[in-house]
Amino acid sequence: MSRLAIQKTYKLYIGGKFPRSESGRFYAINDSKGNLIANMCLASRKDFRNAVVIARNAQSSWANSSALNKGQILYRIAEMLEGRKEQFIAELIAQGETAENAKNEVLLAIDRLVYFAGWSDKYQQFFSCINPVSSAHFNFSVLEPVGVVAVIAPEKQSLLGLISVIAPAIVGGNTVIVLASESKPLSAISFAEVLNSSDVPGGVVNILTGKKEELVNQFASHMDLNSIIYCGTDEQLILSISELASNNVKRTTFYKKNDWSSDSCESPYFIEKTQEVKTTWHPTEI
Amino acid sequence: MQKKAENKMFKASWAYDEAPESTNHIQLKKQYDLYIDGKFTKPVKGQYFDTIDPSTNEKIASVAEATSEDIDKAVEAAKKAFVGWSKLSGKERGKYIFRIARLIQERAREFAVIESLDGGKPIRESRDIDIPLAANHFFYYAGWADKLAYAFPNRSPKPIGVVGQIIPWNFPLLMAAWKLAPALATGNTIVLKPAETTPLTALKLAEIIHESGLPKGVVNIVTGAGETGAAIVNHPNVDKIAFTGSTNVGKYIQKAIAGTHKKLTLELGGKGANIIFEDAAIDQAVEGIINAIFFNQGHVCCAGSRLFVQESVAKLVIDKLKIRMETLIVGNPLDKNTDIGAINSKKQLQTIENYIKIGLNEGSEIYQADCKLPAKGNWCAPTLFLNVSQSHRIVQEEIFGPVLAIQTFRTIDEVIEKANNTPYGLSAGVWTQNGAKIFHLTQKLKAGVVWANTFNKFDPTSPFGGTNESGFGREGGLHGLKPYVKFD
Amino acid sequence: MIPNLDNLPVYDTAGVNERIARFCSRSIKSNSKLEGLRLALSMVDLTTLEGKDTTGKVKQICYKAMHPHDSLKNIPTVAAVCVYPAQVANAVNALKGSGIQVASVATAFPSGQSSLEVKLLDTKFAVDQGANEIDMVISRGQFLAGNYQYVFDEIVAVKKVCGQAHLKVILETGELDTLDNVRKASELAIYAGADFIKTSTGKIQPAATMQVTYVMLDAIKDYYIKTGKMIGMKPAGGISTSKIALQYLVMLNEVLGEKWMNKNYFRFGASSLVNDILMQLVKAETGNYQSSNYFSKD
Repeated sequence: MSRLAIQKTYKLYIGGKFPRSESGRFYAINDSKGNLIANMCLASRKDFRNAVVIARNAQSSWANSSALNKGQILYRIAEMLEGRKEQFIAELIAQGETAENAKNEVLLAIDRLVYFAGWSDKYQQFFSCINPVSSAHFNFSVLEPVGVVAVIAPEKQSLLGLISVIAPAIVGGNTVIVLASESKPLSAISFAEVLNSSDVPGGVVNILTGKKEELVNQFASHMDLNSIIYCGTDEQLILSISELASNNVKRTTFYKKNDWSSDSCESPYFIEKTQEVKTTWHPTEI
Repeated sequence: MQKKAENKMFKASWAYDEAPESTNHIQLKKQYDLYIDGKFTKPVKGQYFDTIDPSTNEKIASVAEATSEDIDKAVEAAKKAFVGWSKLSGKERGKYIFRIARLIQERAREFAVIESLDGGKPIRESRDIDIPLAANHFFYYAGWADKLAYAFPNRSPKPIGVVGQIIPWNFPLLMAAWKLAPALATGNTIVLKPAETTPLTALKLAEIIHESGLPKGVVNIVTGAGETGAAIVNHPNVDKIAFTGSTNVGKYIQKAIAGTHKKLTLELGGKGANIIFEDAAIDQAVEGIINAIFFNQGHVCCAGSRLFVQESVAKLVIDKLKIRMETLIVGNPLDKNTDIGAINSKKQLQTIENYIKIGLNEGSEIYQADCKLPAKGNWCAPTLFLNVSQSHRIVQEEIFGPVLAIQTFRTIDEVIEKANNTPYGLSAGVWTQNGAKIFHLTQKLKAGVVWANTFNKFDPTSPFGGTNESGFGREGGLHGLKPYVKFD
Repeated sequence: MIPNLDNLPVYDTAGVNERIARFCSRSIKSNSKLEGLRLALSMVDLTTLEGKDTTGKVKQICYKAMHPHDSLKNIPTVAAVCVYPAQVANAVNALKGSGIQVASVATAFPSGQSSLEVKLLDTKFAVDQGANEIDMVISRGQFLAGNYQYVFDEIVAVKKVCGQAHLKVILETGELDTLDNVRKASELAIYAGADFIKTSTGKIQPAATMQVTYVMLDAIKDYYIKTGKMIGMKPAGGISTSKIALQYLVMLNEVLGEKWMNKNYFRFGASSLVNDILMQLVKAETGNYQSSNYFSKD
């Protein structure tokens, strides 16, 4: 007997909840034959603004959770993703990937989460140092998260690219607001469901779906964002992000790579991109 | 009036005679040209401007004004020199930098006098802090030149190319050292512009660089004001900009280079919080307050210009601070007993005086040390504003002068919130004898540098730089190499 | 009554050192230097505290106290001569009519390891012999054991026996270990009735340092703010050159100011310092650097 499948509704992911866009708008994602796969929420400026408030409020407690705890949570995400990998593979295929590519991408994405989970209590040791100053002071430099980070996710490799960019940001104690791949947004929202069931505190990762042309300038000009990462090659967007970022001296990172599957995407230097160096002095004389 | 008398309780009676540092041994020319491609070169348009002694407002020398034509020549020279300099072995590069460090040490006294003459800072500071730190900075980075692979494990660092560096007037030679030393060690070539009010020590440094035999074109030093700086920033063959200065100009630069290949580091303004808890060593904290705000006339981006005192000790701390301020000697920068020198320029003095007016108009209570100010020149008495709050402009905005805004607080969370309630994030200070409180605060304070039970300390090995609108990138230490390298 | 020692200011050594570096970097030139040197000379407690002290030795040092260097005009005499109790009578005799004070160490100097009874007798003997200043030592052992009341009561008792004689209380800071302890001991001494507080016996290293002196001046300052009463200060031991003496005076000038800048409120416990000051004064007058051969060593 045939049975009508239940279709999934894709919504936004903000503050650990799945709201629809306050604007009530949507855009359609079709497969290569033009059949509707899903209607995605078309996030508005206000959705974005709300997400920033939530991400800001979540940031300090996330940063203050122990390194071990952050590592375990990232590992938990990997576990949950592993358990649902078939769904993710199917979604990628539905969005036009070949079966082999889709499988590779999902497996790599899981492994990448495990990779960065392992860094959570190690990267500080790699980047911190004690500075041998000439005066009688103990002086050390450590990394601290930059704060709230906006991420314009890669258009292709919509799952692997997304995870490769946000894992190093959150393992370093930042909270993020992501604009998912515009053309392949399904994996990002399904990934939000994984996040939501993985002990990731609400507000640490916030995912919007929508149009770059509407939202990127909002991301770049928001005065309460500390950093913006753009994955892509649109020189016009890079120019306007760079210009608007100067409003509040935002740190900008541009990843122009097309392929997030290579080993070169795994290093603690990705974590360093969203960190600040803090140096502390204290006298040592008694 | 009665308050003043109270602070006279311990008024010093023994007036020290003048102890001016001798100026006999310094060599200054009447006119300085641009240092481009290993030669002192007249500016293309032939224009010169005066550099002034801010303690008398008398002219010291004329200095060439570089226009975009001169910047073209300087960048061209740097680009040509990059080919050879970037290929030179790290060991050899390092030896040139060591040599520069030594030459500064040998002429330290001359540099100190010129620094105080041109910039107005007390000779005690230029002699004991600026010049030795500048030499040590070259010494520190010289040693890195052949060890860069160890600074970036699993990566291969490469020089960026031609670096444009624009530095401020508050620590003229030291900022030149902060910029040049890591850029040279990593194999870049440089066009450096000192500030228009304090070009002389950078030009003396050009002489030293020349004596050191550094290949021509590796370091080019060009003088001028904002337009000269803009010509460097906008030059298509410049690959990186390193800027220290105001947040406004920093934002302008970040915008100006948007969409280009240029890399950027910014060291901008600040409004540092200096926090005194009731369990602090109070007298040392008072000394720390003095050092935090009156060091270099308060012309310090990381100055502790917002003081937070716990209410239970507020009266005690403020009384002691006032008593201590009475012993500060304001005057001739070249006098070895001067604690606070001249304000760097008329323009800056106007800015400071304007903020003092704003503070008064906002209804804050003012206290100024009862010190004699010289008749000629640019001077500002050490100033406190009491009973201010977060919403006062003198609390929010960088004054860049010897003006301290004092607030009280009751609890730890309150003071953390207030201290972090600023777009800046450069420096902060904490004073308490409680270890856990120190670590709690140093973690929570939004700042690139935190001084606990001390303030305004600098060292070549110690990374310095800000968060948020205080800029990005670090200078000093291992982390100070990164802004000057690129990776494949 | 014993003061509350729980809420005393604490000290951060690095901070104290920074402040002291500021004093030491003051450049004292021309007239201000001469003024400082003369002042320092007038503040010296010329001291001999040796087992081998004799009548002859005490006479010699007293003559030096009255006639530091007769070829120099307009120089002051020292403030006092400081001796053991057994030599007080000799000193009083030798200094008669000079206006120079006779100070005597007492209370089982230098260790203070004796009974209160003996200490009081020791003090009484020195006073009876004619000493107008008594330099007592505190019981450091009791202090370090936390018996502050004992230390306090002892000073009160000695003060009583002193009568008209000024009491200087030696903390022996070289045995007190921390600056916080120095402050605590200063507080005890001041509240127990000390006219002066003094750093050291000269028998223990380190003797006077600028650090401990700074902390003691700070205690004096706070006491003055609170009560309006002025306590004197005497660093002793290790201050052997004019340069160091001038640095102490800069510190005094900038911490306590003009009221303390005289021998009634500040003394140097020293012996070789006098000749070094004299050499500097002669150098200033003649322009020539001096040899110690031209200055009497008594």
